[in-house]
Amino acid sequence: MQAFTQHTGIVAPLDRPNVDTDAIIPKQYLKSIHRTGFGPNAFDDWRYLEPGEPGMDHSQRKPNPDFVLNQPPYDRATILLARENFGCGSSREHAVWALDGFGFRAVIAPSFADIFFNNSFKSGMLPIVLSAEMVDKIFKAIEAEPGLQLTIDLEHKTIRGLGDTVIEFNVDDFRRYCLLNGLDDIGLTLRHADAIRDYETQRKVSAPWLF
Amino acid sequence: MTARTLYDKLWDAHVVRQEDESTALLYIDRQLVHEVTSPQAFEGLRIANRQPWRREAMLAVPDHNVPTLGRRDNGLDGIDDPVSREQVSTLDKNCAEFEVIEFRMNDIRQGIVHVIGPEEGFTLPGMTIVCGDSHTSTHGAFGALAFGIGTSEVEHVMATQTLMQKKAKNMLVRVNGHVGAGVTAKDIVLAIIGKIGTAGGTGYTIEFAGEAIEDLSVEGRMTVCNMAIEGGARAGIVAVDQKTIDYVKGRPFAPQGEMFEQAAAAWRDLHSDAGAHFDCVVELEAADIIPQVSWGTSPEMVVSVAAQVPNPDEENDAVKASGMRKALAYMGLEAGQPIDSINVDKVFIGSCTNSRIEDIRAAAAVIKGRKKADSVMLAMVVPGSGLVKQQAEQEGLDKVFLAAGFEWREPGCSMCLAMNADRLEPGERCASTSNRNFEGRQGQGGRTHLVSPAMAAAAAIAGHFVDVRSF
Repeated sequence: MQAFTQHTGIVAPLDRPNVDTDAIIPKQYLKSIHRTGFGPNAFDDWRYLEPGEPGMDHSQRKPNPDFVLNQPPYDRATILLARENFGCGSSREHAVWALDGFGFRAVIAPSFADIFFNNSFKSGMLPIVLSAEMVDKIFKAIEAEPGLQLTIDLEHKTIRGLGDTVIEFNVDDFRRYCLLNGLDDIGLTLRHADAIRDYETQRKVSAPWLF
Repeated sequence: MTARTLYDKLWDAHVVRQEDESTALLYIDRQLVHEVTSPQAFEGLRIANRQPWRREAMLAVPDHNVPTLGRRDNGLDGIDDPVSREQVSTLDKNCAEFEVIEFRMNDIRQGIVHVIGPEEGFTLPGMTIVCGDSHTSTHGAFGALAFGIGTSEVEHVMATQTLMQKKAKNMLVRVNGHVGAGVTAKDIVLAIIGKIGTAGGTGYTIEFAGEAIEDLSVEGRMTVCNMAIEGGARAGIVAVDQKTIDYVKGRPFAPQGEMFEQAAAAWRDLHSDAGAHFDCVVELEAADIIPQVSWGTSPEMVVSVAAQVPNPDEENDAVKASGMRKALAYMGLEAGQPIDSINVDKVFIGSCTNSRIEDIRAAAAVIKGRKKADSVMLAMVVPGSGLVKQQAEQEGLDKVFLAAGFEWREPGCSMCLAMNADRLEPGERCASTSNRNFEGRQGQGGRTHLVSPAMAAAAAIAGHFVDVRSF
């Protein structure tokens, strides 16, 4: 997994609540058996004027000029800003892979759906929860200064770039540790293989029908 | 001992190792696998040269991509789309290589992963169950802790039989009293989501309780738990009672004989203790619930069939009002329009929410002796599994649908998410028994209205939404 320590980038304002994972990556692209290649199809229905299918040359499709990620400089954005309940719906991790493929390293929103939130950390993507007021403040700051860049510092759990304000955010210690170091979860868990075996031995006695 | 909720009990019984106050390494009893969210996980095992920790704890089935037309005995050759075929054949190859039990396309037991788990008795009370699919919450109907995960976690469970999890908070949704005739599990859960909102359950496990939930069959409880995720909760659960135990008894993967009795005795403790603490309690009166129809592009945008399309100008929250306006524009609806004046182009009866035998019986009961409206260009029934289909055919239900002008299809996820050939065209409006009305969910530009099977059937006959109770 790619590590996340500090990141500076353009913030794209996606002013919608309840952005669901079907919108982030439509179903026809889930037929891929790979982890990469989803970037050109992030937000496909909103991003292009005509429907898309896997296998097309997406660079030849007509972009929707009204969609924020098609408007420079947001086509180079690496931080996404949205409203509440970002990533709701389907559990598809392809949504994170699509955002990653587009170039995003972090998403800022007042709240996230649980599964999307979990999935993000697995691909080195940082979901940051800020208050609805603070998110609104950033939306307004971008309106006043299009192309606003923010610097996210995971080590110190801060965001800088919004005037003199230093925004603080919370992130679970274990997840932060894994992300800072780009650690493979499975490798970490397998250090506890004996504990898993002990649990199984005891469960085979107390609930043998499970085995 | 302190009084515990059902969720607390399920959690405590599966802790392998406590990491910190709220995070634990949790043992996973069963993993269901399908073709869409597993290829990258199997590939991960291969790259790291790992083997599944407990291969017999997995059950795989192709469901999202499979066609619902044509003969199933052709297997993979029955899939026209080469990309879909590759994904299904990749599942076949992976399951063969890693020796995972799989019900292939031509197996009568094939079906939607959340239908076949319970049908086979692979889902049992008291288990932890995961799947790379958000509707895994369905299995909570058995007093099991079941939730959807992403592909990285699918691989993690394959390799370790565990997941690192943060404990959720406890929410109790109590539906008091009894629903009236014609009001179903689907209406109950849509009404709940309408009340708590699509993010109302985020960070919680929801226990559904109250007389109206106790009244439901196990299949009805599956419908309710299925949509816990549409209320934001990864997991929904219902306490075990005699109905649960009777449902499980005799199923192929369920314990048999004396072992069953031993298990059933343990399962009877799978309920919240009196006085257990819930962080949040929501109450609904069953008598107030009437058949529901979603009008927007989020499951929380739902009203009763007797209501009108809501007006965003009357919404005080600016972000919400703007979401409502976007939804109305997408759905091609006007504020104030009566719900029962909305015409439908297509009708879909199926999905992991509503494709079990009772759902099909309920729709057939409405349709019997009637014909679909000419203005409805397609009405289709997609049973949840080959065994559900077989059962329905033994009861003659397929003939009821065919006589009414419906199509009777092969099992799969079908037009719930339109990964196969079954989809809406731009602008088409569908009465659907599925679970999500997101933009583009059933096909780009398609307009989805979520309803119960009986309500979908009635809409097919009338050509527009209609209160099934007076139908």
